[in-house]
Amino acid sequence: MNQPLQAMEPFTVHLAEPAARVSLIGARAYLLEAPGELTLEAQRRIWALSQALLARPEVESVVPGMTNLLVLFRQIPPEPAPVIEQLQHLWRTADPLHRAGRTHEIAVHYGGEHAIDLPALCDYAGLSDQEVVRRHHQSRYSVFAVASAPGFGYLGGLDPALYMPRKQVPSLHMLKGMVTIGGMQSGIAVLDGPNGWNSIGFADTVMFDASAAQPALLAPGDTVCFLPERIEL
Amino acid sequence: MIEVIATGPQNTVQDLGREGHRHIGVATAGAMDSLALRTGNLMLANAPGSAAVEVQTFPLKVRFSADGVIALTGADGRATLDGRELLPWWALPVKAGQVLEIRHPRQGARVYLCVAGGIDVPQLMGSRSTALRGGFGGLEGRALQAGDELAVGQANALSIGAEGFGVRPPSCAMAQALPVQADGALALRAIPAGEAHWFGNDLTRFWAQSWKISAQSNRTGYRLAGEPIQAEQSREMRSYGLVPGVVQVPPGGEPIVQLSDANTAGGYPKVAGVIEADLWRLGQAAIGSRIRFVEASPREAIAADAAIECYLAGVGRVIEMRG
Repeated sequence: MNQPLQAMEPFTVHLAEPAARVSLIGARAYLLEAPGELTLEAQRRIWALSQALLARPEVESVVPGMTNLLVLFRQIPPEPAPVIEQLQHLWRTADPLHRAGRTHEIAVHYGGEHAIDLPALCDYAGLSDQEVVRRHHQSRYSVFAVASAPGFGYLGGLDPALYMPRKQVPSLHMLKGMVTIGGMQSGIAVLDGPNGWNSIGFADTVMFDASAAQPALLAPGDTVCFLPERIEL
Repeated sequence: MIEVIATGPQNTVQDLGREGHRHIGVATAGAMDSLALRTGNLMLANAPGSAAVEVQTFPLKVRFSADGVIALTGADGRATLDGRELLPWWALPVKAGQVLEIRHPRQGARVYLCVAGGIDVPQLMGSRSTALRGGFGGLEGRALQAGDELAVGQANALSIGAEGFGVRPPSCAMAQALPVQADGALALRAIPAGEAHWFGNDLTRFWAQSWKISAQSNRTGYRLAGEPIQAEQSREMRSYGLVPGVVQVPPGGEPIVQLSDANTAGGYPKVAGVIEADLWRLGQAAIGSRIRFVEASPREAIAADAAIECYLAGVGRVIEMRG
């Protein structure tokens, strides 16, 4: 009864939210999806949960996604129910982890031959090309997760006026380096090939080097600023 | 050294894969039929994770530049050594100058050319597997080409007669532990995944029908052809981490099974996840063949893993008895 309110507060706040959804992929991988909006605050709790789980001997690896976390166990849990309950409990009690990330300034050539989806984005957003480019480089972005392809950073912080769904049919000949928008996320393509995101520019930055001690340039918690090196409209 | 005289496209150096780098977007890669690779390595007294050549397009023709020992596992590639026919799942000595040819298998999809000492390409991020899409690992991050020379690592002591020896293929030895379908479709055990309930009545059709492995199938994933299944409402998903074996359903309604070279995250709804113990069987399912998903539980997945370990222990005993 005499518990100081301050200590209780964060716990109480998380208890009030709906439980995280947990499902299986195969027998050994469990996916926890945070309830609520896609926010940096929720993602910080994913990072905390991720760190806590990695310290456990029964966990082989974790893959943070966008306000979700895939947990791979070393052994197959015979009964899912207790694992699900435990993951939900850990989520409820996870406090945001603030990461002192690095800041990356990435030079972008906006428009031009690689901005193949800029006209469609202008139509969809009802904005001029100058306005799309201005809004894109004026935001500061947080690296939510590095996933999908080697060194690919999912960037949060996109101006909502620029949200645009992924394409129904991916474009086949997308290039590594294209600066793209997929839904409410932005990112720099790291592979040539099929990709459903919308390209508005090009960045000639090495995002991944397999032979380096730290192969990926970006890490969760880092900040990305796009510098308009050239605007060709 | 092994010299590549002729090869189809997309044949690569693979080991058991690159674990522990998913959080920076690096797929595991690794042998599509990991059981064939493990068995081959066991037959040659190699470390379990030694690298081999995964042959998935044919013919592959190589010349050995030194005496050594090889094992051929996986699909029966009707191999010949200097024109003499070889048996599948067989380990045998080879001499400098001999030419091995692996031809299109009548059944199955992938042949593993394992060599005592393993294929010696540099380890990158803990593995020798080729990451084809990322362009790193294996031999210069690419598929093999005619004229390539593959170095072979230091072999362990191995007593093998002139004729070599064979083991029973796992599909025979484990037959009792594997599900069978009356119509010949390959039955794969799978556990329902997060969005299975999105598919409402169509979910019954997902489990009931046999799906054909389409021509757009490779190490990244298999696209399945059949009667499409549709989610009752379409919702944009946040990208989530995924593992090989996940069965996703893109807007068209024909599922994709993501495999060794798949992206480490994706955003399509997922209907099921094939258990890991059945991925080697899927790795041997050829384009044009049919598969069916059979609902399984985590306990069945544990039993399926145990059956694989039991098979490998049996292979180990055969080798021990040979002394």
